[in-house]
Amino acid sequence: MGLAKRVIPCLDIDAGRVVKGVKFVDIRDAGDPVEVASKYDQQGADEITFLDITASSEGRQTIYALVEEVASQVFIPMTVGGGVRELDDVHRLLHAGADKVAVNTAAVHNPEFVREASNHFGVQCIVVAIDAKRVSDKSPLAWEVFTHGGRQPTGIDAIEWGQRMVDCGAGEILLTSMDRDGTRDGFDLELTRTMSNSVPVPIIASGGVGNLSHLVEGIIEGGADAVLAASIFHFGEHTILEAKQVMLEAGIEVRL
Amino acid sequence: MSLVAVVNFGTGNLRSVQKAIEHVADKRVRVVVTDNGSELAKADRVVFPGQGAIGTCLDAMEKRDLREIFYLILSSKPFLGICLGLQAMYKFSEEGGGVQCMGVLDGVVEHFSDGSGRDKFTDPATGGRLKVPHMGWNNVMQTQPHPLWCDIEQGQRFYFVHSYCVQSNDSSQLYGVTEYGKTFTAAGGRDNFFGVQFHPEKSQSAGLQLIKNFVSWDGSV
Repeated sequence: MGLAKRVIPCLDIDAGRVVKGVKFVDIRDAGDPVEVASKYDQQGADEITFLDITASSEGRQTIYALVEEVASQVFIPMTVGGGVRELDDVHRLLHAGADKVAVNTAAVHNPEFVREASNHFGVQCIVVAIDAKRVSDKSPLAWEVFTHGGRQPTGIDAIEWGQRMVDCGAGEILLTSMDRDGTRDGFDLELTRTMSNSVPVPIIASGGVGNLSHLVEGIIEGGADAVLAASIFHFGEHTILEAKQVMLEAGIEVRL
Repeated sequence: MSLVAVVNFGTGNLRSVQKAIEHVADKRVRVVVTDNGSELAKADRVVFPGQGAIGTCLDAMEKRDLREIFYLILSSKPFLGICLGLQAMYKFSEEGGGVQCMGVLDGVVEHFSDGSGRDKFTDPATGGRLKVPHMGWNNVMQTQPHPLWCDIEQGQRFYFVHSYCVQSNDSSQLYGVTEYGKTFTAAGGRDNFFGVQFHPEKSQSAGLQLIKNFVSWDGSV
């Protein structure tokens, strides 16, 4: 009984297809987004996240139709991120059927954008995505915010950035370790724990999941409120239900 | 032919409410998303999802001259409030420095925090820190039978996302409670109004069942 920790499959979308890059290269086609989202819904996913990684502007338009189609078939919360720069982008995604919109690079360029978006649409629908990379391995540990899909350093401390984003109205933080993303070595638990202890809003841990016990670690050791993973679910290694059973055995509250 | 109107004040996601109704209702049910008073008045059923901050939401109602229409609907036809659409029916909300609400139900809307500051909310049971917003799937204990609970299990999980919660003062108007550091009202109602703090349109099969129950509800308890 009580609030369940959430398991969130993440679908990277390129021009309307689900893809998964391993260390940002070798993009493998993982299927039709509507079919994949429905499958995860049936397996008991608590939410679904789409990250639009389409580079071309004409390709970007496909995301709206896709969100609308998923929203007419899948009745669990849907977060959409990638290339969200203006209030109008937020409005269009919400109107298409997204429940939350994830903002990353645009927040770094203009933190007030987060404030405007959350004032206008409500804190519950604004997720700030933070891509963080370790810059100090010695105490005190430190992480830096990167933008543009992890390619561009900003010089901003990730933990301070998280706190500032919450002050601006972020309702949730999607925290990705750039050191772990694609490695399958597990979450950066110190990063997750430090952020979780530093902000009042829920944290979604992301980056590095290679097996189901990594999800357990993210919750118990990392203090995450939700865990996000892509490749372990996409290629049939594990179902969402298996993930939740492992979490349940570890004493974590889950929705089954 | 039956008409369900979803109240739209311009922000947020109403598409999913509309899609969920269309998904469960039969072909003779038409769903309109509207802020037009005469459309709301002629609808057979009304859904009020409520969006954004409560002050802004109630201002939007005033700006469209819909307060009287709302009271008319509240006294005449099946009316489902979702999230803010539940909160707005109580007397007072402490959100945004304090807002007088519709006063149809007896109770107040308060922040989750325990008074030690907005960013600190501890679980009295464990001493652990609780995050706000309360976001995710939590259990709803039904405190009274109601036609909208039909075929929904006791203790069923629904999807929540909110930072303010209702404390009911009248147990006859209380239909469900949830625990998150404290016990709060997950469902409240009176006569032909039923409101839920969670999002049935995002709560998979149990949520769709509740919406299905609403679409066939005649408004009597």
